[in-house]
Amino acid sequence: MAQQSETRSLVSFAQLQRGRGKAIYWTLLITVLILFTLVFIGPLYWMVTGALKSSPELAQTPPTLWPADPQPENYTEAWDRLALAKLLFNTFYYAIGALVFQLVLDTAAAYALSKLRPKLGNLVLGMMLATLMIPAMVLIIPQYVTVIDLPILHISLIDSPFAIWLPAVANAFNIFLLKRFFDSIPEDLMSAATMDGAGPMRTLWSIVLPISRPILGVVSIFAVTAVWKDFLWPKLVMPSPETRTISVGIYAFSGGTPQNVVVAAAVIAAIPTIVFFLIFQRSIMSGLTAGGLKE
Amino acid sequence: MAIATVPGAGIDVGSQAPAPVDPRRARRNRRLKDNLTGYAFLIGAVICFAFFSWYPMIRGVVMSFQRTRAGETTWVGWDNYDRIVNDPSFWTAWQNTLYFTVLALILGYAVPFFLAVLLNEFRHAKGYLRILVYLPVMLPPASALFLFKYLAYDPSDAGLFNSILKGLGLPTSQWMQSTDMTMPAMVIASTWMNMGGAVLIYLAALQNIPGELYEAAELDGAGLWRRITNVTIPQTKLILSLMAMLQVVATMQLFIEPLILANGAGSEDSATSVVYLIYQHGFFQNDLNGAAALGVIMLVALIGFSAVYARLNAQQD
Repeated sequence: MAQQSETRSLVSFAQLQRGRGKAIYWTLLITVLILFTLVFIGPLYWMVTGALKSSPELAQTPPTLWPADPQPENYTEAWDRLALAKLLFNTFYYAIGALVFQLVLDTAAAYALSKLRPKLGNLVLGMMLATLMIPAMVLIIPQYVTVIDLPILHISLIDSPFAIWLPAVANAFNIFLLKRFFDSIPEDLMSAATMDGAGPMRTLWSIVLPISRPILGVVSIFAVTAVWKDFLWPKLVMPSPETRTISVGIYAFSGGTPQNVVVAAAVIAAIPTIVFFLIFQRSIMSGLTAGGLKE
Repeated sequence: MAIATVPGAGIDVGSQAPAPVDPRRARRNRRLKDNLTGYAFLIGAVICFAFFSWYPMIRGVVMSFQRTRAGETTWVGWDNYDRIVNDPSFWTAWQNTLYFTVLALILGYAVPFFLAVLLNEFRHAKGYLRILVYLPVMLPPASALFLFKYLAYDPSDAGLFNSILKGLGLPTSQWMQSTDMTMPAMVIASTWMNMGGAVLIYLAALQNIPGELYEAAELDGAGLWRRITNVTIPQTKLILSLMAMLQVVATMQLFIEPLILANGAGSEDSATSVVYLIYQHGFFQNDLNGAAALGVIMLVALIGFSAVYARLNAQQD
């Protein structure tokens, strides 16, 4: 955590270690610690405890800091009434499937573009990167129309998990990240493998992939969180109650359900992503800046 | 389905070539084989791009000039554009979206940079502070927005924000019930949810500034503020301008905030956004063609913006 403390930043390290500088530094640090905790954890605390309050207590002025009469049954009611087990399972299933499809197909594509370099490779790469310029929401209508009736095949993917998995593969950002990483693998290593008679598949599997573990981790995390957080697309292509994702399910029920129960459901929907974040926070944070956004 | 195109499926394509005598032909065969192997690895992703990205782009433009009624599709010229531009909510939606974008730029652009500069000075609790700012980014937006809708923006004095305001002796607000506060309230929620990513990206950029630059500035007698304006900002200029563009493109796509916080349009259309209007036309007014036309209008606007922005930036350097 303190590995950068040798390189100086705006204020020199020495200045912060004596007299007035030290006093200001500690006051500022403690203020920021308290403020950040209040601003970023505070609402979550409010959410978890708000869902424990009874409806009259929720509407009480001034609000109570801790529920006077905690009602854990709000959570069980949310669980049963919204069939959260099913919704969580669906979301998990879509996220894992999207992850597998992206890992297999995007890795293969990035490997081809970086190492095998077929003739039209650069054209394909250019066409893929061009999609980064198109804001996702702008394409939502034609994408929906396509999924209802796939061209050539004339099948509908509505309520099929493929409607989430296959569009997830068309992710130019992930292909770009993977390709850039593969580009940095020394050519010597590749030709050594070829000399030893390893085919492209073998080289990918036993040389490229083991080296690429960090970037594969980053792409995996992006793939899973993207599906978990997505809302409009699953709302459109997974319309039946049995296939909904958790966010869409909560939204669909929010109309006729008491507020404390909706909030309880929202808390339950957030738990997996928070646990996931706390486990993988190191890779998530480093992955964020891996996108070539360095100066 | 597309699993059949997994790498490996097409590798043996040219391997049955007879042992050739002519070395030139052998080399050509070899190159052909290499190319085919390359395509075999690419094909899965290319099919997905073709179906779900490239084709919809063309389809979007095509269907904006068509009208499908009772299963019959006809060419209608600019009719869809005509209808969508004359929708009473059209200009309101653009106004709202632009207002949101500008407010989000004021709040959501300056604040993360300021926080990153501040966090970069701390030698303690770095990891903890970073986890905190990024935590809301991980929440499903629907969860976070119900928190804001029911608990924070409760217009009575029982709401979180109103009770804080009251505690501080400030006037309370009607939040989403008030047409004036609708947009600022959505910007606050959206900034809280999305700011973490920008903070971390700025932090990474700040760490790449060589310490000697600050050293030299300080020796020249530059105070704290001068060091920020003469070292920090010029050194992170590229990332700052890139993030501004990305943020504008992202906030112009405002959708889930009005949908959940304001039940879509909000009071007196105060929350209607362009993407919400697309959604409204496509899925409630049974007008996918009109919605596609609005999508094309938005695409042209955003690409136009990006081009002008990139141009201006290039001229400045």
